[in-house]
Amino acid sequence: MADQKPEGKPQPAPKAPAAMAAVAWEDDLTRALREEFGDRITEFASYLGQKFLVAKPEAVVPILEYLKLEADFDYLVDVTAVDFPGRPERFELVYIVYSFARNERIRIKTRIGEGARPASAVAVHPTANWLEREVFDMFGIPFEGHPDLRRILLPEDWTGHPLRKDASILAADPRWVKEHLGLEAEP
Amino acid sequence: MPDSTYLDATELVLNMGPQHPSTHGVLRVILKLDGEKVIGTECVIGYLHRGVEKIGENRTYAQFAPYVDRMDYVAAVSNGLGYCLAVEKLLGVEVPPRAQAVRVILTELNRIASHLIWLGTHALDVGAITPLFYTMREREEILKIYEKYCGARLTTHAFRIGGLQYELYEGFEQEVRAFCDMFLPKVDEYEELLTGNRIWIARLKNVGVLTAEDCKAYGVTGPMLRASGVKWDLRKAQPYSGYEQYDFQIPTGVNGDSYDRYLVRMEEMRQSVRIIRQALDGLPGGAILGKVPKVIKPPVGEVYVSIEAPKGELGYYLVSDGSTQPYRVRVRPPSFVNLQALDKMCRGALVADVVVIIGTIDIVLGEVDR
Repeated sequence: MADQKPEGKPQPAPKAPAAMAAVAWEDDLTRALREEFGDRITEFASYLGQKFLVAKPEAVVPILEYLKLEADFDYLVDVTAVDFPGRPERFELVYIVYSFARNERIRIKTRIGEGARPASAVAVHPTANWLEREVFDMFGIPFEGHPDLRRILLPEDWTGHPLRKDASILAADPRWVKEHLGLEAEP
Repeated sequence: MPDSTYLDATELVLNMGPQHPSTHGVLRVILKLDGEKVIGTECVIGYLHRGVEKIGENRTYAQFAPYVDRMDYVAAVSNGLGYCLAVEKLLGVEVPPRAQAVRVILTELNRIASHLIWLGTHALDVGAITPLFYTMREREEILKIYEKYCGARLTTHAFRIGGLQYELYEGFEQEVRAFCDMFLPKVDEYEELLTGNRIWIARLKNVGVLTAEDCKAYGVTGPMLRASGVKWDLRKAQPYSGYEQYDFQIPTGVNGDSYDRYLVRMEEMRQSVRIIRQALDGLPGGAILGKVPKVIKPPVGEVYVSIEAPKGELGYYLVSDGSTQPYRVRVRPPSFVNLQALDKMCRGALVADVVVIIGTIDIVLGEVDR
């Protein structure tokens, strides 16, 4: 399905594969993680040579801690999210960690629904503070246990979360624009 | 008369910025002071937020490329390189060796230009006016080369997905070589002005100290991490665009203070010249653009690609749904993450040191706010 190639004459709109053509990832680290976390990690895979794992939301912070303490993944590169409104659990949270000792980077992904409160990783990686605030600002995902969960890039009294797929690129907060700029914005 | 005035109070909250010359743009810092001593800071950012990531979701892959230049606008070429590498990885496109070498030359020139802006403004903040004029003069030569190459000086959009759009102009090699020959003695000249300068040393030594552990905890990368003694540079750790062919050193510091960061950046400029000369010596011929499909439509997938930008690790996390537009563009900005360490560095320092510490982080608010 994923490997089908259109042959010969150009065909009308070759169907793009619906899922990422990832391959399985298996090494000492995955075995250790599987032993530690069991079925709380649902998938180990790699795509274009980049490794990632998919875990249950409640397992993410323990995994980050385990990776930091036991496997030298001591640098949290990034925390971000992707919005898939069609899925039952619409948000995909993505944590990228790097190990200076191994010179290796892996991604930890988890899926959460609207209204879920994933645990904050600030206690494990202080750098998660601003990164999680940005995710909260842009997607409206509240992190449980975050020391200072406020908007970071948008004004504090702004409403709406612009990186959600249902927010139009033209959408502004008309009340905020009227109040602070004195302009009438299209809702 | 009230019983106590603000001057009697032990704690004073002082607002700094967003309109303040030493915050390098529109950064607002709220300082909590005990007399002259800083006991806490809070950054208020976002004044320059333009929603770059949202724009990316609403443009095709090629259309979005010029936008990334507007994040870190003093190092636009680096931004463009990171984005192009990410899309190329997603597409599986090979970049021809000539294009890779030209990319290295232009990116290293950009590193020098970015460090020159940092040096000039940082010295100006501390009270030395002369270095700014000197660094601007040398940076002008780099901008002239950009202008001749692609017509733009700052937001260059110098690269295309798959390689380069323009072949080098007649005389490019001589001009870049002439710049390198001219520039190395200039770095010595800056060092003569500053390195042994008593005021410079007094203002920078032991100011804004970060240990290697602090840097890792706060995700601090780039020259700041190296000044704390961690020999880590993505150009060496995970080479891209042919950096593995070049012979260069990674300068590191010992104390992790503002002075060591200054020394690291000065040495990085010299190393950049070394890389540029090697790239010019071995400049291959041939095509400048790889086999890029007319319509850029990467298969469903995701990729994280990062490069060593002048300020640290600049990463792009792209998610493709198989259409012509990225489903999600995430930029991992080095300035934003490094700025988070400001509070850690300022605690216990004096108000005047805050200006030095903001300068030593080397932030560009266009990238912090995106």
